[in-house]
Amino acid sequence: MSSRLRTLYEKIWDAHVVERSDDGTCLIYVDRHLVHEVTSPQAFEGLRAAGRRVRRPDLTLAVPDHNLATTRRVGADGNRLPIADSASRAQLSALEQNVAEFGIPYFDDLALEQGIVHVVGPEQGFTLPGTTLVCGDSHTAAHGALGSLAFGIGTSEVEHVLATQTLQLRQSKTLEIRVDGTLGFGVAPKDLILHIIGRIGTAGGTGHVIEYRGSTFAAMSIEGRLTVANMSIEAGARSGLFAPDEAIFAYLQGRPMAPKGADWERAMAWWRTLPTDEGATFDRSVRIHASEVAPSVTWGTSPEDVVAVTGSIPDPDSFADPARSAAARKSLAYMGLAAGTRMEDVPVSYVFIGSCTNSRIEDLRAAAEVLRARKVHGDIRQALVVPGSGLVKRQAEEEGLDRIFIEAGFEWREPGCSMCLAMNPDKVPAGERCASTSNRNFVGRQGPGARTHLLSPAMAAAAAVMGHLADVRELVG
Amino acid sequence: MTGVRAVEGRAYPLGRANIDTDIIIPAEHLKTIARDGLGRFAFETIRAEPGNVFDDPAYSGGSILVAGDNFGCGSSREHALWAMRDLGIQAVIAPSFSDIFASNAYKNGLIAVALPQAAVDRLMEVAKDQPIRVDLETMSVTTPYQDRFEFALDPFRRDCLMRGLDEIGLTLESEASIAAFEARPGADLLQPGAVD
Repeated sequence: MSSRLRTLYEKIWDAHVVERSDDGTCLIYVDRHLVHEVTSPQAFEGLRAAGRRVRRPDLTLAVPDHNLATTRRVGADGNRLPIADSASRAQLSALEQNVAEFGIPYFDDLALEQGIVHVVGPEQGFTLPGTTLVCGDSHTAAHGALGSLAFGIGTSEVEHVLATQTLQLRQSKTLEIRVDGTLGFGVAPKDLILHIIGRIGTAGGTGHVIEYRGSTFAAMSIEGRLTVANMSIEAGARSGLFAPDEAIFAYLQGRPMAPKGADWERAMAWWRTLPTDEGATFDRSVRIHASEVAPSVTWGTSPEDVVAVTGSIPDPDSFADPARSAAARKSLAYMGLAAGTRMEDVPVSYVFIGSCTNSRIEDLRAAAEVLRARKVHGDIRQALVVPGSGLVKRQAEEEGLDRIFIEAGFEWREPGCSMCLAMNPDKVPAGERCASTSNRNFVGRQGPGARTHLLSPAMAAAAAVMGHLADVRELVG
Repeated sequence: MTGVRAVEGRAYPLGRANIDTDIIIPAEHLKTIARDGLGRFAFETIRAEPGNVFDDPAYSGGSILVAGDNFGCGSSREHALWAMRDLGIQAVIAPSFSDIFASNAYKNGLIAVALPQAAVDRLMEVAKDQPIRVDLETMSVTTPYQDRFEFALDPFRRDCLMRGLDEIGLTLESEASIAAFEARPGADLLQPGAVD
């Protein structure tokens, strides 16, 4: 085994095989399990019904995020404000009861550390290179930015991991996405991942684990890599990996749950053995040059419906695949858009900066840079900034970013998933159009009838200022 | 869960590529702590369309769904499976499935059958007036018109489907291996620091 040339994915996989069956199914050990309120109650109920315990609560971390209102959580009297929606309240209180009953570490909704699971894991050093990490949420792929084999699971698997700390899995194929060169002025990691999804399609990575390689990714910040890895699932891949490197080590060192002292040195020595061996092969490979990538936006209801902001909405008849043409026609009808319209002529009435894709400090800095001394356009009905965690929020406030947002006309909110999937009160009304830094532009994703255009934080800020989709390069620099 | 050997019945000829799990069940309906009762929300946005297949009396009580490429993409929500099962759907036939959906499917006794586009196109036609049979013993999809399409399924998943296995119970039989794995040299490095 050790003599064979292996990819990063294969090394992490091999290091976690507990048992291998003749049919190729492997029992894989899970090092880290993040739990939130939406996909866990039925799993805990299953444990209770079968009289089972949580095998390793110490490898588990729970935090509420999907349901939480992003308005103030504490009243003027210092007491917790009630959660208005009764179903949300029941789901949150079920999580509180479950973590207490099963002894799972927990950041509650008032904790400074609370936030979106995929922001909290890296921020706390819970996510580490070479680990397997799961969560009942498809955007778990984000943690691959730190070299963790991380993927989303369903509730049955959540229960399986709680009870056994393992999963029955088959090895995936490998897909190399190699990007070299320097991203142009005004081009963000979000633009790059949208470009990649537009290129390979939403099923392009199905059955594969992606490894992001090349000089563009090597030069990218950890937060940028988190944005890229996060949307691997939008390309169909359950996981997307970055090789452990010095930037990852620098990001993690000293984080609360990361190894310390001599353990840190030992861990780094192991992490340095993990990158893909020179000469190891991938099942598939895609190459892109960074100079191809422009500030990008989506025009339809699939994340693969991507075009440069300077471009126009394609003609559905221009697609070779008749299924794609039919889908594009349906998308445009839902979006209320016509083929040939310039993207910069598309008006927006809502702006959302947040989500596990783009709610970290660098995202907020990029948006604030555009908004400094500017105002949100009069046609914008609501512009929200929802930091990814309490710690991101505090950092932004220390840097004065909150004042830039508020003075521009944005609402500065408490952390959570918010308008990305509209499970909480933050929704885009039917027929309204939102410039959103989130990850999915599906029908009804931001609320029934809502229309979503995915873009980067700086591009969202530009849209807020102009009242329509706009090329951020014309506003800055 | 009880095992399933075959599913036979009318099929909803939905077609459409990239049916995401937000379409199968919108997030608004995920605020539940139970698994049951979600069928009434299944495919809510499609059911708002006049003439949709789910509310067409011809397919009423259908146990199979015929759909397009990349079925079940997007969110990992298992509520999608619970909603479909609650609606009475026990098998989905499509050219391809998202990885997470395919995994969630067999854990809920739903057979995810991947067939080439041409076969799916044929079954879309057949579904309009005849039932379809999906058989796990013979690994084939058949129709009253003598169509026969063979499909492949991961052997472990097929076994779980047919025997209705409690996968957790099965894994717990490997307790000694799991404990040995946890005791391997260097395992301590992966211990997270305590949360205050």
